[in-house]
Amino acid sequence: MKWDSQIVIIALLLAGLLVSGCVSDDTASASRGELRIATTTSLYDTGLLDHLRPAFEDKYNAKLLVVSAGTGKALEYGQRGDVDVMMVHDRAREDTFIADGDGVERRVIAYNYFVIIGPESDPAGIRGTEPEEAFKTLMTEGKAGTPGVAFVSRGDASGTHAKEQAIWKSAGYTYATDVQNSGNWYVEAGSGMGATLVMANEKEAYTLSDIGTFLAYKGDLKLVPIVDSGDILLNVYSTMLINPEKHAGIDTELGKAWINYLISDKVQQEIATFGVAEYGEPLFFAASGKWDVMGVPEAEVTTPVL
Amino acid sequence: MNEIAEGFKTAIELIVTLDPEVIEISIRSIIISLSATLFASLIAIPIGSVITFNEFPGKKALVNLIQTLYALPTVLVGLFVFLLISRAGPFGFLRLLFTPEGMVIAQTILILPIMVGLTISALKGVDITILDTLRSLGASQYQFIAGVVREARYAIMAAVVLGFGRAISEVGAAIMIGGNIRGHTRVLTTAISLETSMGNLAMSIALGIILLGIALVINLMLAYVQNR
Repeated sequence: MKWDSQIVIIALLLAGLLVSGCVSDDTASASRGELRIATTTSLYDTGLLDHLRPAFEDKYNAKLLVVSAGTGKALEYGQRGDVDVMMVHDRAREDTFIADGDGVERRVIAYNYFVIIGPESDPAGIRGTEPEEAFKTLMTEGKAGTPGVAFVSRGDASGTHAKEQAIWKSAGYTYATDVQNSGNWYVEAGSGMGATLVMANEKEAYTLSDIGTFLAYKGDLKLVPIVDSGDILLNVYSTMLINPEKHAGIDTELGKAWINYLISDKVQQEIATFGVAEYGEPLFFAASGKWDVMGVPEAEVTTPVL
Repeated sequence: MNEIAEGFKTAIELIVTLDPEVIEISIRSIIISLSATLFASLIAIPIGSVITFNEFPGKKALVNLIQTLYALPTVLVGLFVFLLISRAGPFGFLRLLFTPEGMVIAQTILILPIMVGLTISALKGVDITILDTLRSLGASQYQFIAGVVREARYAIMAAVVLGFGRAISEVGAAIMIGGNIRGHTRVLTTAISLETSMGNLAMSIALGIILLGIALVINLMLAYVQNR
């Protein structure tokens, strides 16, 4: 009787250990290659990656381990060699990443546009203006305390946050001094695109979003696109292999297969039509044939990785 | 209010229909946290015994330190383990980042202090006359400790259950180390965090109810064992 209870507990813990072993075997099976991908939240939150994943996993008998993080975090995982492949959207930091020798074989896979989202009533009155002009007005009205004027920033070093900072800069502001700490109207969410949209919706505030995530979340949001045109709003998604010469143990074979899969005609078609049935318009435009629109070399769109 | 009602409805649907993804996430949560609890028990109970039954300089300070670490923030453990097991870290070659095994390590570290501390309290709580009896019967050091641990088993079990509770309800380290990878490292807490950030409140509530349910079952099991 004294030992009964101990036996129960010990049996329970041993069972846990055993099952844990089985689960590990299941997920880390040697026969299946695992490809670690760090992706910007927009490609994940919209469901695009989950849509493209099964065909690849079947074809290469591989398992994709997708970590969804902002571009900044994804780049950091890459710098530490914690992932094999990255999917990001911030040209300037990608260039630095490649120049530092951390990334190789960049290929552009898709593009779309950023949009400034806000309440239908547009309390700041920025509808129809250029993005920079809109940001200037938001700053003025926000600082003046105009009711209903607030801006929710990703605030997480993501590609969208980088774009937002680029717009502030283009509008003539220094981000760290003029924008951050400029008052209660400017809110830094510190989270992914989806969470930021949900927060902006709760606060009836403005925010900058990629159109893909916005459309995917639109059904739950009262916010509408306010400013959706302007060259600066172009949003280019690319993928890169982590440099195997700098980081040991990168699965280059599977990584290259994934990159080539993404730029293949079949997947480019899938990207171009993804979401059309559900949202009435595509969430992403295929990169294929559009290098001049995106301002990137043709080779980065079409040349397979060898 | 509507969302909460909706959440309960969704929860019941998911549970009744044995939704494969929810079941899978729940089982993974239980397994990871149980494994962490097992490892932490294997380390904490002997360490707790050694500290209780030996006098050494700085013992009081050590116990104080352990009790301070009850409040060890989970994100701090996450950061610490991340730095250790990330590829650029000292144990990077093991490739434990973004794996359930890595999460087990983080949770083990997280719950160790609380389990060591509660083991010490449990052993201290053993009736002094039993200690005297054991000594007078000429018990060896090993027999003595085994005897006291047996006397304190219910209190030690409470420590184990508390450790499990802290492990399974933890989100900070789980998301930093596991990366919330669907079908691989996604557990109840990180799934709730994700679903809330995506505005799927009903799903979040449903997962929360399941998490609470697991805690309830574990506690009922403890009560059952203790009442025997």
